Amino acid sequence: MSRLDAVIVGGGIIGLTVGWKAAAAGLRVVVCDPAPGRGASWAAAGMLAPVTEATAEESELTRVGLASLTRWPRFAADLAADAGVDVELRQDGTLQVAFDGDDRRALDELLAVHRRLGLDSQWRASRQCRELEPLLSPRIRGGLFAPGDWQIDPRVVVTALIRAFANRGGRLCRSSARRLHFDARNSVGGVELAGGQVLAAGAVVIAAGAHSAVLGGLPPEATPPVRPIKGEILRLRADPEDLPFTRTIRGTARGRSVYLVARSSGEVVVGATMQEAGFDTTVRSGAVHDLLHAAIDLVPAIEELPIEETLAALRPGTPDNAPVLGPSSTPGLLFATGHHRNGVLLAPFTADAMLEVLTTGALPAEAASLGAGRFR
Amino acid sequence: MDDPFEIGGTTLSSRLILGTGGAPSMDILESAIRASGTDMVTVALRRVVPGVAGSVLDVCERAGVRVLPNTAGCRTAREAVLTAQAAREAFETDWVKVEVVADDRTLLPDTVELVDAVEALADLGFIVLAYTNDDPVIAMRLAALGCAAVMPLGSPIGSGMGIRNPYNLAMIREQLTVPVILDAGIGTASDAALAMELGCDAVLAASAVTRARHPEIMAEAIGLAVRSGRLAHLGGRIPRRLYAEASTTSVGLPEL
Repeated sequence: MSRLDAVIVGGGIIGLTVGWKAAAAGLRVVVCDPAPGRGASWAAAGMLAPVTEATAEESELTRVGLASLTRWPRFAADLAADAGVDVELRQDGTLQVAFDGDDRRALDELLAVHRRLGLDSQWRASRQCRELEPLLSPRIRGGLFAPGDWQIDPRVVVTALIRAFANRGGRLCRSSARRLHFDARNSVGGVELAGGQVLAAGAVVIAAGAHSAVLGGLPPEATPPVRPIKGEILRLRADPEDLPFTRTIRGTARGRSVYLVARSSGEVVVGATMQEAGFDTTVRSGAVHDLLHAAIDLVPAIEELPIEETLAALRPGTPDNAPVLGPSSTPGLLFATGHHRNGVLLAPFTADAMLEVLTTGALPAEAASLGAGRFR
Repeated sequence: MDDPFEIGGTTLSSRLILGTGGAPSMDILESAIRASGTDMVTVALRRVVPGVAGSVLDVCERAGVRVLPNTAGCRTAREAVLTAQAAREAFETDWVKVEVVADDRTLLPDTVELVDAVEALADLGFIVLAYTNDDPVIAMRLAALGCAAVMPLGSPIGSGMGIRNPYNLAMIREQLTVPVILDAGIGTASDAALAMELGCDAVLAASAVTRARHPEIMAEAIGLAVRSGRLAHLGGRIPRRLYAEASTTSVGLPEL
């Protein structure tokens, strides 16, 4: 087989998005993953929430998040067209609520961050929150409404991406990459698959999420410090005709953080923990307890919903919580990883940046701060 | 000025111990550790898996600070002992900060379970630092059981409510010969300075730094406050007076 333009290691939302955009631009691309879309993307809640995720010291990440959010409507429409399926982007906004006085004071701090960064959020008294979502607990002490924080079902997105990628001529290789393949000049020239077969390519893009730093043959000096951050998440089942709420509800209840996302399919997602636990993906009983405790504090009516699924997956974390994009110090080796809590939100931005890297060799100016060299 | 701070025969260069929970990112945690000047950081054993690259342990190693494993999350003496034993294997240290809390609403120490855990761990040869409430009687019991340091709270963990009972704290300090480390309740620099002025040997701060708007800046502030409070304690505050006393007396003034 003749040489590919790129092999993408990892078929989660990032790898598939980069693959789809590259294939659509006419590049010859293979994505390899034994279980595409079944890692962190499958667990993710799909909040597109640069405002309620903002923190005081990560304004650059907020900027990138907003830049990606504005791409989402077009991205979802293009994806739906290429895949031939419906991709519902829900734009009804997010309510971030506080349960007690302590939670309220913590929320005031978030509001101050929003004001300083000029982000769109409005304070809503408890009754105003409950006018928007009547099943919120009467005990809540108020909340912020962020109209620009949206949501999408990542399972729908990755399923559509697999089809769109194939429809644009991309090839999905359901096998895992075992190690990097180097050419005679010590440039990365492809990957060796688990079966021993070599896929030769002009570039290798590592988009393997939490596993991005553990592929065989990765030169240590070129490998960004990506580590697994475990998240445990629950899925409940509601009647699609009678959802308990429609806007995304986030909040803290007696100090416990939680979010609830309702889909038109009737799925209600309750997430998520954050744990430094290596590559462990078991679901702890304490996690289920804490998530449900906080979720039921905020929306008591969900008590009646059946639990459909408990799941744990690994976020790809970096030292500064921002993704790692673009070329590395090893020729031919590129990264599109480290998206931590924001893989779904940042997928369109990442795809545009990586397409530029694959065609010109360099990151666009808007992504220059996310380069792989910043950890050295 | 030579003012060594020793726990269990080991000299520490800083009288501030940092907790790591709640930091927004590893980069921010690392810059806070460096800015604080601490040389010991406490890490919840239950929340860390040793040997994982890029974890909080890597950050500690890079910053050159000692790791003090703690038993945060334990509710019974038995769990605390098992957790400490796991820590000894994983971290290759005999040091442990024992925390046994009663419930997750108050996170107050369960001193009945704590005393049992400390007794067992001291017998097993651990260097035990015990997180306790501000009860002087319990503090004495813990010291008598062989704690290398006793760590009374100023107010509940993460509350930032400062030192609610300086009177008890002074009594603890007066009665114990082992180091007394103010643990929990620090909200800002002045709380840390007050603890040191009261005679505490050191201060532990976690949320006050990691949940601050700008952790690196707050870490430096609290590090300076601990040093400042220590010097004030050694320098000796003046007696409080009801009425003024001129700092310059009339003696020696020229008579014009």
